[in-house]
Order: sequence, then C-alpha cells, then structure tokens
Amino acid sequence: MLDDFFVRALIAGVGVALIAGPLGCFIVWRRLSYFGDTLAHAALLGVALAFLLEVNVTVTVFLVSATVAVLLLLLQKRASLSSDALLGLLSHSALALGLVVLAFMGSVRFDLMGLLFGDILSVSKVDIATIYGGGAAVLLVLFLIWRRLFAATVSPELAEAEGMRPDSANVIFMLLMAMVIAIAMKIVGVLLITALLIVPAATARRFSSGPEQMAVLSALVGAIAVIGGLSGSLKWDTPSGPSIVVAALVLFLVSLSSAAGRFTNRSKTKEGLPK
Amino acid sequence: MTTLQNPIVSLSNAGVYRDGKWLVRGIEFDIQRGEIVTLIGPNGSGKSTTAKMVLGLQKPDEGKVTRLEKLCVGYVPQKLSIDWTLPLTVHRMMTLTTRLTEVDLVQALDRTGIAHLAASVVRHLSGGEFQRAMLARAIARKPDLLVLDEPVQGVDFSGELALYELISDIRDELGCGILLISHDLHVVMAATDQVICLNGHVCCKGTPSAVAESPEYLKLFGARASSGLAVYQHHHDHTHLPDGTVRHADGTVTENCHSDDGDHSQQADQHKTSEAASHVR
Repeated sequence: MLDDFFVRALIAGVGVALIAGPLGCFIVWRRLSYFGDTLAHAALLGVALAFLLEVNVTVTVFLVSATVAVLLLLLQKRASLSSDALLGLLSHSALALGLVVLAFMGSVRFDLMGLLFGDILSVSKVDIATIYGGGAAVLLVLFLIWRRLFAATVSPELAEAEGMRPDSANVIFMLLMAMVIAIAMKIVGVLLITALLIVPAATARRFSSGPEQMAVLSALVGAIAVIGGLSGSLKWDTPSGPSIVVAALVLFLVSLSSAAGRFTNRSKTKEGLPK
Repeated sequence: MTTLQNPIVSLSNAGVYRDGKWLVRGIEFDIQRGEIVTLIGPNGSGKSTTAKMVLGLQKPDEGKVTRLEKLCVGYVPQKLSIDWTLPLTVHRMMTLTTRLTEVDLVQALDRTGIAHLAASVVRHLSGGEFQRAMLARAIARKPDLLVLDEPVQGVDFSGELALYELISDIRDELGCGILLISHDLHVVMAATDQVICLNGHVCCKGTPSAVAESPEYLKLFGARASSGLAVYQHHHDHTHLPDGTVRHADGTVTENCHSDDGDHSQQADQHKTSEAASHVR
C-alpha cells in the first residue's frame, strides 16, 4: 500500500495536519501568524544550507528555524525595533538569503516550486517515518507543557506570579514550531505552512467551547483539508500545498455559513439579557 | 497576634531602576497574614512596579524583597487580553494554574457568588462578574498572599462596595495577606489595615484615616479627594488600629466593627440613620 505515492502523500499529510492543529491553536490565540511565517521563510535558508553542506535537510531546517526563533527572542528583549519590524526583517532576509544561496548551487538540480508549494510526488517512506516519529514527539512535549503554555497564553504575568514558569514554556513552544515547520515543509511548502496552522484552528473555533476541544477539532479539520486537497491536487494536477490550503479555506467558509445563524442568535440573546 | 509571625512578604528599601531613572525607590513595608495592605498613588507613581516586586515578577535593583519560602500566590491582574479566538469559560479558567476538584471549584465560585456563571464565556462577563470570577480563581488556590490589581475597575458603585466587603470576608476566612492596588482611597478605607501612598517613594503610610488626614496626600489628590471623602464619611465612624482592634467614633475600642457597619449596600440615608443610631448607643 505504501508503494503508491498517493497513499504515502495522504498518510504524510494527515500526520502533518494532526500535529499542526493543536500548535496552530496557540498561533491563533497568541496572534503569532507572522511569527510562523518568519520561521517558515527561514526554512528555505535551512534547505539551501543543507544542500551546501550536504547534510540532512529536515534537521538543518529545524536548526535554522530554531536559531531564528531564539534570535527573535533575544532581539525582542533588546527592543530597539518593534516586534513587527523585527519579524519583517528576519522573515524576508532569511527568504532572500535562502534563494541567493540556492542560486549559487547551479550544479545541483532541485525543484524550487516543490520547496515553496509542497511536493506530493516526493514523499518517501523515510519522510513518513520522520513525520510520525517527530510528530509524536512534538505532541507529547506539547501535552506535557500544555497547562503552563496555556496559562502563559491567557496571562504571562499571572502565570509567572503563580509559579507556572512561562518563559521556559514559551521557548519550548518555539522549538516545537521550528520542528513542525521542518516536518511539514515537504507537504505544504515553505510559503503555506502558516496557513495549515491557522486556517483549521480558525475553522475549529466556531464549534469549540474549550481550548482542548478546539485543539482536537483543529487537528481533525486539518486532516480533512489534507485529504480533500490532495485528492484535488491529484485530479486537477495542481500543486499539493496550495490545494490543501484551498480545501482548508473551503471548510472555513462552510463553517462560517453554518455557524453564522448560531452566532447571530447568540449575540442577540446576549444583548437582550438584563444587566 | 498575627503581627508576631514572620511577614509573608517584606520589602526593605527596595527600588527599581529603568532607563536612567528610579521607577520606585526606598519602598519599605511588610505584609502580614490576615492583613490588607492597600497601595494607592497617582498614575506612574510605581504601584504596579511595587506589586511586581511583591509578586516576584520584578527583581529589585536596590534593597531587598523577602518572600516566605514556597509562598502560594493568588493574583488578580488588572486585565486579561483574551483573543476572540480563544474559547475560555469561567469553569476552564478556574483550573488555569491549579488542579482543582469539582467540589473545590464550585465552592470557590459559590463564595464569590457566581456559581451560576461557570459555563459562561469569560469575554462575555460584565466588569463585576469578571472580577468575581478572577477572585474565585485566585482564592481556589488557597493562597498565602492575594494580590489584587484594581479589583473594582469597571464595576459600578454598589458593586464596588460589595466587592470590597467580599474581599475583607475572604481575608477573614483564608487568613491570607492581601495586597490591593487602588487609585481610590475613600472606599478602600473601610476595610484596609494599612494604606501605603506611593509617589515614586513611600509618600506616607498608616491606617486609613491617618492617610486621609496627611497633608502629603491632600497635596497629591487635592480637594477632590477630600470632598470625595466627605461624601463617604460614614465609613469613618470607626478606625482600624494597628493592633487589629477598632476605635469607634465615640472613642470606645472593640475587637470588631459594628455589625451594621459592614453592610455597604444600604442606601446613603439608611447609613445616616445607622450612623446616628451608633452614636446614640
């Protein structure tokens, strides 16, 4: 069964979606989407360096993304530029550096489109093992720091005052992000990883009454988007990453229309309540 | 009797230096078990910085902050900025930093009078409900020290008095020390044991009425504060003495306040009558 490239892509894609869902919730709650983009753009530099040094691509991408995350934390503490400007600076410098380094290696043949938008054909059994092994590790660590990370998301000061050590939870979270990007890059591509993190979470929000529920639902929504997107990609010969994101967008729009009725009703009753 | 114990938190000559100036300096006070300490002062006077030192969020650049070992803190921050995308009910918020049994959780919500709001979304709560939810969360931890940052903001006047009453009851039940940050002296006065007026340094401190009479305080807040005080003068029919006893308007000293004095929800004219009644007695 694993000999069929499409089955391999499906299994890999669903694995990525299951990891991206819960992490994506934190990205949405903490308004970190631009941060996710920055790490993803740094991934391209990681790929270029891996080719240059002839080392493992996934590990290099993780290391480069993690370095950028730590760099960002340090620069934010210095705070001479706003976080927004810092993110823009790091994000686009990393992307540009990656593209320039890649251009220097004219002798190596590689598929830039595949890097940017995902490459459904090239998912190997090793990739699947990486996704599920790495993914299990990511989810386990997230589970272990969940309470602390969630408290830090609601209020960093409250979390610290009540002994939840938010700083270390934040650093671990950033490393998990870097890891997810390294794992997910092959399926959705560098430019669209953030979308796979955010869109399923935004869809799940409409049907969730608690954070844990939202994390599980995001994973499921992501998995459905991957199956739909990859099927479409196969049928119409479209790039895998964008197809998955379009499928996720369709799910989001459906959730908007189906939840719209509920929400207007709720806000009406809310306004109607006596103070 | 409580004053004989070690203080929960003790600040001695503590100061924080940032960007070329002292945010606060020479801060000196203790918080004892069962004591309510109120920090007041204008904006930028260093109330929040001082609270952060007490909470251990800010290390002093000068002086010392001593906290009891394994101090359990309950903190009610001034506000939470919860993103719309975060589905957070009161029930889930209760277990934000502490694992609680369902019984303890409901008990704490019940204590602050919002057990019926357990399933409500935090973002939809009114100002008073939100403060009660935050207070319930903090007391469910059974803290040694409760830090409340402007707990009556966004709460209407009668709700404000009721909240202060609740806070003082909680102090009696848990026996915890309470640090309360307020910009509003005249209402706090009724319950607090020690008022510390900050303006970059400890401007003045003492029992509530002592601060109200202090010329430094009047200089900071001007006539508005004294007129505000005049409106609520019925609170002054007794004074909490440092040893925990109460001196009443007629000069007698007792262990507790009048039972009728604690009820701030009464109308102003009723206060007058009860005040008059206490004078007659």
